[in-house]
Amino acid sequence: MTKKFICIRCPKGCEITTTLDGSGVITEITGNNCKLGIDYVKAELSDPRRTLTTTVEVIEGELPLCPVWTESPIPKDKIKELADALRAIKITAPVKINQIVLENALGTGVNVVAEREINKHSTLAD
Amino acid sequence: MALTYDVIIIGAGPAGLAAAIEAKKTGAQRVLIIERNNEPGGILTQCIHNGFGSVIFKKDLPGPSYAHNFITQAREVEIEMLFDTMVIDITPNRSIYATSKNGFMEFQAGAIVLAMGCRERTRSQIRIPGTRPAGVFTAGMVQRMVNIENLMPGKNFVILGSGDIGMIMARRLTLEGANVIKVVELMPYLTGLRRNYVQCLQDFNIPLELSTTIKTINGNNRVESVETLKVDESLKQIPGTEQIIPCDSVLLSVGLIPENELSKKAGVILDPLTGGPEVDEKMATNIPGIFAAGNAVTIYDLVDYVSEAGFTAGRNAALFASGNTISPADTIKILPGENVRTVVPQAINKQLSGNQVLIELRVTKDFPSPVKIELTDGDNVVLAFREKYARPAEMITLKINPELFMEKTAGISGALKVRAL
Repeated sequence: MTKKFICIRCPKGCEITTTLDGSGVITEITGNNCKLGIDYVKAELSDPRRTLTTTVEVIEGELPLCPVWTESPIPKDKIKELADALRAIKITAPVKINQIVLENALGTGVNVVAEREINKHSTLAD
Repeated sequence: MALTYDVIIIGAGPAGLAAAIEAKKTGAQRVLIIERNNEPGGILTQCIHNGFGSVIFKKDLPGPSYAHNFITQAREVEIEMLFDTMVIDITPNRSIYATSKNGFMEFQAGAIVLAMGCRERTRSQIRIPGTRPAGVFTAGMVQRMVNIENLMPGKNFVILGSGDIGMIMARRLTLEGANVIKVVELMPYLTGLRRNYVQCLQDFNIPLELSTTIKTINGNNRVESVETLKVDESLKQIPGTEQIIPCDSVLLSVGLIPENELSKKAGVILDPLTGGPEVDEKMATNIPGIFAAGNAVTIYDLVDYVSEAGFTAGRNAALFASGNTISPADTIKILPGENVRTVVPQAINKQLSGNQVLIELRVTKDFPSPVKIELTDGDNVVLAFREKYARPAEMITLKINPELFMEKTAGISGALKVRAL
């Protein structure tokens, strides 16, 4: 049996064809331009993961939202659930880059961290 | 009185930040960035998805974090930045006029880098017929609303265009609870990166229909539906394939246009194919001392290459400002030939210094199997390159050793054409 994949590990997007034997063991991988492609296909077949990027609300911030992301990819089927969980979270400014917003998100062992700094809203008029 | 700077950069996005940092490192004393927004980072601040930095930082970063690295560096090397300030005019002798809430300002620059980025193509530019209800947005505008302003502009979306921002917003809107009914694309191929098809559409079961467009937008106060239809290979509409899709919002991801109103005022010559200034390998425009970089020059796929163009422009702007520049030698024009849509730079100096020469091009059609990219002088192939494939959606970068280029092009008086076979 063969399965086709488009690798998402870099912007190239290699088209990779994988041949599997009767018990699902990979016998051949073709079309990848580098090792990342092999890792990707193996992960897609056993434990597909994705990075989640979303926003959380900021209290007293210069901006109402802070962009956040999972420090490393999490199981693909948890993406929507984590996005929903993060919608309920509020953090208080000032926010530091890479500050942990949610530790061990949904028990995945992966932290959700801030993508940028957000200063406290200035109370003085301009 | 005019405020004097060695190098002034218009725009604090990725191209402008890189140009400023490199200008300073090259020896420019006073470097200023003038920015219309209230903070640096440009469009990266709303691009909260990851996928940035693989070339420059050898890391996968989200847009705001990529920008943060450059902003931190710019502060370390003491780049001056003016925010909430809009440049309204630039003259060929490098005077800059700007306005802000502090009033009118006048600057004199030793050299200028144009780094204004680009704008989104709108509904009126692609002339979609129908009524004019609320609910028709460009993808980047919705990206700003959802990611920065905490606003959700609709519930049921149809997206026109398979560009990267369109696909990324399809995923973003889905994660925020909206229903993305489908993405339709006029061309017979995906116009964005294929990895975005996988992780933004396929992962969320969002259908993509190629060779399909929106025939009309319907609705009185708010969008009520769109009518889609198929097109043939020559992009002609196929009657009888119409389909009415109820929705309340239409998102347009139908291309980007380099922003060059200021360039025109300064007398900078624009390339009608890229929509940006004609530049040489130093990112110098036709006006001495005015350089350009980033999406103001041509639309890039990756921010890393925008930053690299910024480095080149900033370095050469600093050299020009210090008077330490090679007098303009003869140039060889670089023109798009067979199967090539755009080429940057549009000219290369015959006298080159140490740096690698980059030629960035886009092809007009899909080449699924190995493709030859050739620089030709008439029937003569001057330089040849091999690529595994070529797609209109992906810019091809040729990296050429300067000595090799000078050796191969010695004796060429006219223009070189770039072709893909």
